[in-house]
Amino acid sequence: MTEIIDAEQAVRNIREGMTVMIGGFLGVGEPLLLIDELVAGGVGKLSLIAVVGSYPGGGFGVGKLSRNRQIARLVTSHIGTDPELVRQYLAGDLEVEFNPMGTFIERIRCGGGGLGGVLTRTGFGTEVAAGRARIEVEGEEFLLYTPLKADVALIKAHRGDRLGNLEYRGIALNSNPAMAMAAAYVVAEVDEIVDVGVIAPRHVGTPHIFVDALVRGRDHQERKLEFTDLWVDSGRLQ
Amino acid sequence: MDAREFIARRIAQEFRCGMVVNLGIGIPTASANHVPHGVDVILQSENGCLGLGPRPSRAAADPDLANAGGEPITLLPGAATFDLATSFCIIRGGHVDATVLGALEVDSQGNIANWKIPGKRVPGMGGGMDLLAGARKVIVALQHADKDGDSKIRKHCRLPLSAVGVVDLIVTDKAVIEVTAEGLVLREIAPELTVADVVAATDADLILPATVATIHV
Repeated sequence: MTEIIDAEQAVRNIREGMTVMIGGFLGVGEPLLLIDELVAGGVGKLSLIAVVGSYPGGGFGVGKLSRNRQIARLVTSHIGTDPELVRQYLAGDLEVEFNPMGTFIERIRCGGGGLGGVLTRTGFGTEVAAGRARIEVEGEEFLLYTPLKADVALIKAHRGDRLGNLEYRGIALNSNPAMAMAAAYVVAEVDEIVDVGVIAPRHVGTPHIFVDALVRGRDHQERKLEFTDLWVDSGRLQ
Repeated sequence: MDAREFIARRIAQEFRCGMVVNLGIGIPTASANHVPHGVDVILQSENGCLGLGPRPSRAAADPDLANAGGEPITLLPGAATFDLATSFCIIRGGHVDATVLGALEVDSQGNIANWKIPGKRVPGMGGGMDLLAGARKVIVALQHADKDGDSKIRKHCRLPLSAVGVVDLIVTDKAVIEVTAEGLVLREIAPELTVADVVAATDADLILPATVATIHV
């Protein structure tokens, strides 16, 4: 059963050293309220799995976790937008495992979907291929990547019904549907919580059986104001 | 016209109607502003859409719509949004006709280095390695020389590689260079330059065909 709880309750299960997946892409589709609570709680030495770092310039969304030095290890494809992650990585305070973005998401899909790994040609001839197992399939060689799983996934959707079915909106799916399947405990932050039946079956992006807890985040209008400020202040919107 | 706009304008001439194109951040993204009239390309963004439109007004900006650089976007009629797994099936699976990416260095074998300078710049590869591995045509947009005047078109890349033997076309502020099995072929040069100027400015050996055209942008 999916429980409907508040953000503070939702992150209470996250303890020092745990592996946490956080959905979203440069702020879009990120569970911003849950991240704020995780920062307020201050739990440290997290092993974070997130596709990219903060919104460019740092300090937004997952960028609050790096600024608060709560991450010990990171699996990602890109940290270049987050000066704090780059600084901690270069100083040796943060371990980073870089994966090509397509490999990153497939590893999570494998983790949730009961598959033994990803076979990809991406990265051949580069340093990411060094020391990695190679498997020949039908005469072609592939690099093997193992599945990724987490103790907790914090994800974001547009709406959730009281059963936990999730509907996504716009381009804000990104890593969320894959992460919803790959963690022992999955919390979804949503703009609104609606009655069962309001979200048509064909519009369910993540079925409720994957979702353990639903948290009402900021509504769409509040997020529009927040992102307008962010984009205008960073010169990305006139 | 500055060098970046010159390169962006020349790259836009590579686009054909109906092509699925993924543009990297910087000069490649700017090339979308110069697509010839009547040429409709389908822009893919690796964070999950096909059919990227122009930037929105403040009123139309939507917190659930941004490109892979975090900038607000619009979607054109007929656009589709999807998750990252689908997006990278499109990319790796050979369903992107062309990608345009920036680079730190490219070389005679079609190798490209564009993801790190050890100890200095360590952003990560993002979706770049997947695009290089999967796109049907790889166009590289870069200035011919670095800040110290050193050629970025090398005999052999010195920086860590992003992919091996994948580059098809190199477009710089000085030249358009085609990567072939025989080596780099000089196809076009910037209007104010001679072939000798470009050869002198290039670390890699260039194959000189009978005619080298002038870049018109």
